[in-house]
Amino acid sequence: MGINLNVNGTSHELDIEDDVPLLWVLRDELKLTGTKFGCGIGSCGACTVHLNGAAVRSCQIPVSAVSGQPITTIEGLGAGTLTALQRAWIEHQVPQCGYCQSGMIMAVSALLARNPAPTEEDLAAAVTNICRCGTYPRIRAAVSALGKPAGDAA
Amino acid sequence: MITRRRMLLGTTGVAGALVVGYALWPDDRLARADGLAAQPGERFLATWIKIAGDGLVTVMIPHCEMGTGTSTALAQMAAEELDADWSRVRAQIAPADALFANGALAEGFLFESKNLTLSSIPAFLRGTAADATGAIARYMDLQTTGGSPAVRMTGVYGIRISAAAARELLVRAAAARVGASRGSFHTAMSRVIHTSGQSFGFGELAAEAANHRPSAHPPLKARNAYTLVGASLARFDIPAKVNGATIYGIDVSPPDLCYAAIRIAPATGGKLRSVDEASAAQMRGVRRIVRLDDAVVVVADRFWRAQKALDALRPTFDAGKKAAVFSAALRARQVSALGGKESTTTDLTVGRGVDALGSHVIERLYHVPYLAHAAMEPVNATALFRPPRGLEVWGGSQDALAARAFCAEVAGMPMSQVIFHQLPSGGAFGRRLPGSWNFFEYAVRAAMAVPGTPVKLIFTREEDIQHDYYRPAVTSRFRGSLSTDGRPRVWVNDYTTVDSADTEAHIIYGVPHQAYRAVKIASPVPTGSWRSIESSWHGFFVESFVDELAHEARRDPLEYRRALLAHKPRHLAALNLAADKAGWAAPLDAGVGRGIALVECFGTIVAQVAEVEVAKLGSVRVRRITCAADCGAVVNPDGFRAQVEGGIIFGLSAALYGAITLEHGAVVQRNFPDYPVIRLADCPDIDVHIIESDGTMGGAGEVGVPPVAPAVVNAIFAATGVRLRELPVVNAEIARG
Ligand code: FES
Ligand code: FES
Repeated sequence: MGINLNVNGTSHELDIEDDVPLLWVLRDELKLTGTKFGCGIGSCGACTVHLNGAAVRSCQIPVSAVSGQPITTIEGLGAGTLTALQRAWIEHQVPQCGYCQSGMIMAVSALLARNPAPTEEDLAAAVTNICRCGTYPRIRAAVSALGKPAGDAA
Repeated sequence: MITRRRMLLGTTGVAGALVVGYALWPDDRLARADGLAAQPGERFLATWIKIAGDGLVTVMIPHCEMGTGTSTALAQMAAEELDADWSRVRAQIAPADALFANGALAEGFLFESKNLTLSSIPAFLRGTAADATGAIARYMDLQTTGGSPAVRMTGVYGIRISAAAARELLVRAAAARVGASRGSFHTAMSRVIHTSGQSFGFGELAAEAANHRPSAHPPLKARNAYTLVGASLARFDIPAKVNGATIYGIDVSPPDLCYAAIRIAPATGGKLRSVDEASAAQMRGVRRIVRLDDAVVVVADRFWRAQKALDALRPTFDAGKKAAVFSAALRARQVSALGGKESTTTDLTVGRGVDALGSHVIERLYHVPYLAHAAMEPVNATALFRPPRGLEVWGGSQDALAARAFCAEVAGMPMSQVIFHQLPSGGAFGRRLPGSWNFFEYAVRAAMAVPGTPVKLIFTREEDIQHDYYRPAVTSRFRGSLSTDGRPRVWVNDYTTVDSADTEAHIIYGVPHQAYRAVKIASPVPTGSWRSIESSWHGFFVESFVDELAHEARRDPLEYRRALLAHKPRHLAALNLAADKAGWAAPLDAGVGRGIALVECFGTIVAQVAEVEVAKLGSVRVRRITCAADCGAVVNPDGFRAQVEGGIIFGLSAALYGAITLEHGAVVQRNFPDYPVIRLADCPDIDVHIIESDGTMGGAGEVGVPPVAPAVVNAIFAATGVRLRELPVVNAEIARG
């Protein structure tokens, strides 16, 4: 029997095994390659997507466990336009190689949705993703700018 | 070669476009590099500037985009000399073809070295040829991105000059139209403007300009006239990296793509012994099981299915000849070799060298472990084998042209039958340089087993970490003695090496008697270039030992270094700036210490101060790194700063946590839990201060790495009195009293 997957507002009927990690379904079946493979064991966060609005590591989720539930990937994040978070990422020139950034952005956006002005400690506790290029200082700067009310120059 | 050169100089591109390639053979440089004089025809480079009929300027980039902002920086240099409107400038990665090879890279290195010998060529290039003559021929065909060459070589010696030549042609075309002298025009914002006010867009003039030969010696702008070079312009590649749009090697998807998973013999040199083919062959989606000498590959219609089938195969391997290799024993062998006389090269003696050692000798021994690159994108490549038509390969390489040649060799076909598609890399740090290409080799072999089907072979993180080309484990021994005033009088350094002597061991400090000896010991596992290469270990060794000498002399480590740098004003300035910005003299709480280190790497002088807190039980937290970097001129300050920040964090991961260890000839570590790296929670505050000087342009990507480890270790000493002589820090016992 097929699996129904609801990704970025579109539903898909897929003939795949129950135990395939969501990551590989997104990448190889749906060709949504913005979600990345980094470690395959839930350690690096490159594969982070939103499940019911929360950040999850898609390499650790068997596809059958999320059948029918709303999933958002980086491709579906802004519904066609860039979110304030993505604009801040450009403003602060965050990405280097960029490979981790889909996962980073999904992890940070889930945090900001529940905590719009996180402290550095909040950020570090919620976002444990790895960036090998070392963009952390810029991630901090971009998040802290987002946490400030518009027009606040300080 | 001559034919190629003509093509470069005379080409009119697609209708209405100006295409400028630039032949680089200034006579003064020819004279300096005798080795090249024999083959003058090969001394061209093909960094291209294209101007379309609509005025769009495209700069061809003979490097890979792996996160360093190379494309943008090179386009800035081109736009500057062209006086182009920045909003109408683009960059395009050059095809893997000799026409776009990066002769400027070799040129730049040769220019810097007085005599052309193999040892004057940077180590990361050395392995590519057996002898100097062969090496030069090969370099002409390089598209290497390693050793921080892009901006300071391709940019300075190539693209800048191409662009200036293109600008000259445009002015000439305008002058011909108006019937006025060229001197009555100037250029700005992609227009050629006459003193009368009449002006023409670059696009209007492109076709006419293309009828003339570009000059090899166009006038270049003075540095003080720069408006684009030196500006922190936004990088071209970033918008596509915030919405998942960038297609990396791992994302390519040619029609009918299949996937391959691989298991390689854990021990280097081990052989595939058995596979349980029956259980895997019937699994869903499995197309082919490919037995190789030292690995087994499953090709399937999905990567996940290939991985599952690979597990079901339960492959077994023999341990090879390296079964007896353990890291601890290897270290002991290095130590004893340093004491012996076998396989040594005396690479430099200053003054009386080792003979000057007095009776009171300060002797110290340091060691660093193997390290993996662990770039975020696990290595992978996609290949399509279609005999007799040829081979097509997609992937991220730090040298596209050489990758094409390499894949041709694996497939046993001429290079002309191989197409290589260069794609952005999710980090590389040296992992994708020539000599480190097991992923290309295995991908091509897998593709050859299923002709007509494109195969994407992906290393899992475990395979990526266990089958890397590692930063070598190195042991270094110092012997020194001090003058009565406390300054070092003798500096003797013996260190292990896997190939040749390292100039990076040589100190910048003024010490009257110095001797360096390299002791060659083969590595049981493959080694390769790792961000900052030799400086990553010698920086740690040298800056640790000088700190120890300062302590022996009862001097402040900053003051001590200052006194030894009177003859090196740029180094001194970098050191002073880092110390000032870090508040070197400001009081600190108990358990907190500052350490300083200074390393010149790829022409950039970098000083760093680490502020480190050591808890009672010995856990170490790096609170802050303050960095001052003198890279001569900087093209994109924000981009430079990003590279140095990244280098610091990369170096810090290694200093605190990084170690690849060997047991029974196999790598122990498998994935991020046992090969940890810095995350947000343990990332210190980082301040990078740029010093612009009149020095030649230095590198950016690598230079932040070397000073971190010694600065941190020196800070731990300042905080606790415990001196670590071996990395990583996490393995050390540092309880403080
Ligand atoms: S790939 Fe999923 S956490 Fe690393
Ligand atoms: S930007 Fe390269 S891994 Fe994060």
